[in-house]
Amino acid sequence: MLRLNKEDNWVIESNKGWFNVKITDIWAYKDLMKLLVKRDFVTYYKQTILGPIWFLLQPLLTTVVFTFVFGKIGGLKSDGIPRPLFYMSGITAWNYFSDCLIKSSSVFKDNTGIFSKVYFPRIIIPLSIVLSNLIKFGVQFLLLILMIVYYLYNDSNFILNGKYLLLLPLLICIMAFLGLGFGMFISALTTKYRDLSFVVSFGVQLLMFTTTVAFPLSSVHHHYHLLVSLNPATPVLEAFRYILFGRADFNWISLTYSFVVSVLVFFIGILAFNKVEQSFVDTI
Amino acid sequence: MSDSVIAVENISKFYQIGEFNSGSLRNDIQQWLHRKNRRFSGLQTEKNNLLESHKTSNKIWSLKNVSFNVNRGDIVGIIGSNGAGKSTLLKILSRVTSPSSGKILGKGKVASLLEVGTGFHPDLTGRENIFLNGAILGMNNKDIKRNLDEIISFSGVENYIDTPVKRYSSGMYVRLAFAVAAHLNTEILIVDEVLSVGDAQFQKKCMGKISELSKGDGKTILFVSHNLNSIRTLCNRSLLLDKGSLLFDGSVNETINKYTEGFLTENETKLFLAFKSAEKKHINIEQIKVNDSINNPVKLFGGNNVIEIEISGEVFSETNISFEFKLFDKDLMPLLFYSPAHFEGISEKVVPGKFHFCKKIELPKQINKGNFVGSLYLTDPGFEYHVKFEHSMNIMIDGYPTKTGHVFEYKNGAGFLFSH
Repeated sequence: MLRLNKEDNWVIESNKGWFNVKITDIWAYKDLMKLLVKRDFVTYYKQTILGPIWFLLQPLLTTVVFTFVFGKIGGLKSDGIPRPLFYMSGITAWNYFSDCLIKSSSVFKDNTGIFSKVYFPRIIIPLSIVLSNLIKFGVQFLLLILMIVYYLYNDSNFILNGKYLLLLPLLICIMAFLGLGFGMFISALTTKYRDLSFVVSFGVQLLMFTTTVAFPLSSVHHHYHLLVSLNPATPVLEAFRYILFGRADFNWISLTYSFVVSVLVFFIGILAFNKVEQSFVDTI
Repeated sequence: MSDSVIAVENISKFYQIGEFNSGSLRNDIQQWLHRKNRRFSGLQTEKNNLLESHKTSNKIWSLKNVSFNVNRGDIVGIIGSNGAGKSTLLKILSRVTSPSSGKILGKGKVASLLEVGTGFHPDLTGRENIFLNGAILGMNNKDIKRNLDEIISFSGVENYIDTPVKRYSSGMYVRLAFAVAAHLNTEILIVDEVLSVGDAQFQKKCMGKISELSKGDGKTILFVSHNLNSIRTLCNRSLLLDKGSLLFDGSVNETINKYTEGFLTENETKLFLAFKSAEKKHINIEQIKVNDSINNPVKLFGGNNVIEIEISGEVFSETNISFEFKLFDKDLMPLLFYSPAHFEGISEKVVPGKFHFCKKIELPKQINKGNFVGSLYLTDPGFEYHVKFEHSMNIMIDGYPTKTGHVFEYKNGAGFLFSH
């Protein structure tokens, strides 16, 4: 038998159980997480002309199209918020959620090469995805602020009436939990059932139209009100607009519901991810 | 004992083939429902039986009850033929996959090098990839920064260090990747056959670095290679794996001898087995005899180094068939290549139907005493191999009978004896 000192000892055993993520393990790899985030950004705009401007262009163009299609042609309401701001805020928040989900749903597939050759806590990868998307969200959020400032100076009808601005970190957390949770759960399943990876990207697109990105919850017919509110992303978006503009269908109950669901989804996602992580290399 | 850094206790690993490859949700639900149903009704339908037997019969044991200890500063070479479980063992030790049963206790940080350049991103520069790759292998930023200059100078790609690695030649890529790995600041290093890449000069540099790591820094190294020579020069201890079990654990020379002996005895049937698995559509081999025997070893005694091959079978379309033969030494270093078709530019057309060949291959008389390995190929020269009997013959040669009565041995230095 081995006489072991406390630190630097390790044991490899067959059955690791459902939950064996150690925070200290993750902390030891914080440099890797930083570098992965950096890699995401550096490689994103390598060999592009516009470079990091793409981070801004994408939500801007979507906002323009939404304003035209849903606002001008479709004539959908926007809770009295100027349409570009309404859509931009929806898109910024939604993008964070959907990018987290889509990217983390293919973690195992995208990293097969690394995972089958080197060990590190696998959860580092989805965490780094959330982080780099958070930075992207931050940049887009700044653009939104600039737009708000523009409207403040140029549109006399527009008054900023936001409340509970301190809720913003919580909203970001809920979106991250939801995106990450669903994403990890899906990534765990796709190692066995590849079909799911086809569903993800267009599923997220469809989901967007059942969330209040392009229309306000207040304009939804009361028959469907509950149905749309059941989507845990909806209360977050409504709250997001409420804390910025003070105009949205916001209430604490649905936000609490969102929060609880997001925590649940997050834990289920971690458990599934963790379970698959142990046998993934043998089954892929 | 107290200096032991890795204790492997009864490690086993199996892969279950049948269960995983159903591949679709429907099949899995069906399987699961069947299992459930059976439990309730006690009835066994035929399909049920099928599913169950399918499940249990498809266990493939990759490792079986392997136990050993590794002491600090050991360089352990792990050898064994393909499928012996070497890579699985390294994968378990590097925590890439977990064992089915058993336990490993260890002391000290482990870095594993199952591949060079894991996680290299083509768009990042050499410098950026050093940091990324180092972090993936478990180094922190501080360590990498401290070693950065050394890594860059070891890799020999100073001039291109700020160029994206996708513009690197494959040699530069490998050199940079190995340089990172060689400067990992860990107590235990696990290396899998990575040195087989790169040119000879670089391989030599890597070997030097590895032995320096263990001798100078007291690192423990586990090392898998098919190159018995590098095991011999690097390692101070060796493990022999065979079909998932630990066959031998001891000094390098003893283990390598066991391995190559195993080559000799185990191959008694191999001559016979090989052609069953080597069937091709247009050709079917029914029997092979070497010097009138279907068993190994092939003994070439008294300077009469003639191998007589008798082979019968059937071809289904008109085929060019020529014999090629290679002689290797025990470390599988190729020594002789017999290819009359290339040498003289002739090959034989065989019409569809049964065939029966006899072929005499005369090896040089002056090969010194030793054990050798032979491969036989049926080929259409320059186009394709019909059948390969790779390393299928174990050949014992008792050396050239000299006038003075002295018999020279191959392993003591010279392969051939000649006077003019």
